Amino acid sequence: MSNRGSEPVGVPHQGAPTGSNLASLLRRCARGDEAAFAEFYDRTSARAWGVALRVIRNPAQAEEVLQEAYLQAWRQSGRFDPDRGTPMSWLLTIVHRTAVDRVRAVEASSQRDLRYARETHANPEPDATAAVVLGSFEARKVRGALDALTELQRQALELAYWGGYTHTEVAGILEVPVGTAKTRIRDGLIRLRDTLGVEV
Amino acid sequence: MSDIHALSGAYAVDALNDIERAEFDRHLATCHSCREEVASLREAAAHLAESSAAAPPPALRARILDDARSVRPLPPTVVPHRHRVRRVPAIAAAAALVVGLGAGLTTALWKPWQPDTVQLTMADQIRQASDAQSWSQRLPGGGTATVTRSRSIDAAVWESRGLESVPAGRVYELWLQAPDETLAPAGLMSSGDGEVILRGDAGDAIGAGLTVEPSGGSPAPTTEPLVFFDFRKS
Repeated sequence: MSNRGSEPVGVPHQGAPTGSNLASLLRRCARGDEAAFAEFYDRTSARAWGVALRVIRNPAQAEEVLQEAYLQAWRQSGRFDPDRGTPMSWLLTIVHRTAVDRVRAVEASSQRDLRYARETHANPEPDATAAVVLGSFEARKVRGALDALTELQRQALELAYWGGYTHTEVAGILEVPVGTAKTRIRDGLIRLRDTLGVEV
Repeated sequence: MSDIHALSGAYAVDALNDIERAEFDRHLATCHSCREEVASLREAAAHLAESSAAAPPPALRARILDDARSVRPLPPTVVPHRHRVRRVPAIAAAAALVVGLGAGLTTALWKPWQPDTVQLTMADQIRQASDAQSWSQRLPGGGTATVTRSRSIDAAVWESRGLESVPAGRVYELWLQAPDETLAPAGLMSSGDGEVILRGDAGDAIGAGLTVEPSGGSPAPTTEPLVFFDFRKS
């Protein structure tokens, strides 16, 4: 098995893997093909890791989350349904949900401090990880699409996606009525979808 | 909830609590337009990840590939359905075009290998699994609790009906019991009526239970279970 761990991060081809190849890799995974799984990992792990780490923040826990998520992907590979989306979004849905579940389980014991969240998220610092890959074409496009969102849409969406907060918690952090946050999250996603040309 | 459709965005980015998530899962089973919308919004959300890509620790790769070596993939879920709905993979095709793939190629390769099935909610998949096992109890305080588990899907769904409402500042917490008899948190419910997909390793679990915990839940039970199911007894 080739080790591609040394591949540069955030290069455009990893940012934009061709969907069909990932789908056929998943199909081979479903038949127990470990080499296909290794290739699937190599081609998706940078984005999966980015999601896990940014949601969880703690690298050791992010590793556990990624391990759990990929094991799920391997086990569920035969149930991937191309009618319902691309392999990348299917994988990232698994990774994101695993990460969010972990964050909530951990914080269930130590009630999360909304005031802290309000301070750190209201004015998010551009983080170093993101800056590294902003040069890639895809990332620039997404950044541009995010700029098309209203401030409230962008904040609500980022708190939900990267913060792992529920829409009710997002409403609390942004000090808007419950019910407003879920609408902003949905509106933001719809605008993002339409700007990026991901259309049904 | 007056307009459950409005939860599609929050659902797509996992911004629902366990109860809302289960409710929306139920809704998705019957709402075709929400299924389509969630799929397209998940595609959009996946693009958010572009800006955070980073190389994972190299040692993680070996651990993940080792995991795969020790577990076999699950067989595809094939559930016959009355309506043989054949949807055009519009989202998939559109997304593939975004990443620069030719349209001719997508139609050839994007054919699903389960063309005559529709996706059921997780809860329905569990209940309709050929190896589904169910345990039910009537509670002394009123109401019933049912847990249904499928080993092949490796998941379990909990349903409560008519339980006493939980006191203010408290929440119902669900637990899965691992083979070593430890209890792991498996979900929260704020009311006596609800359906929750149990979180954790349901396939190997030897039991499931329900306790009342301080709101937010506890990492380990702090009260006696109101109900407990032993999966080793059928």
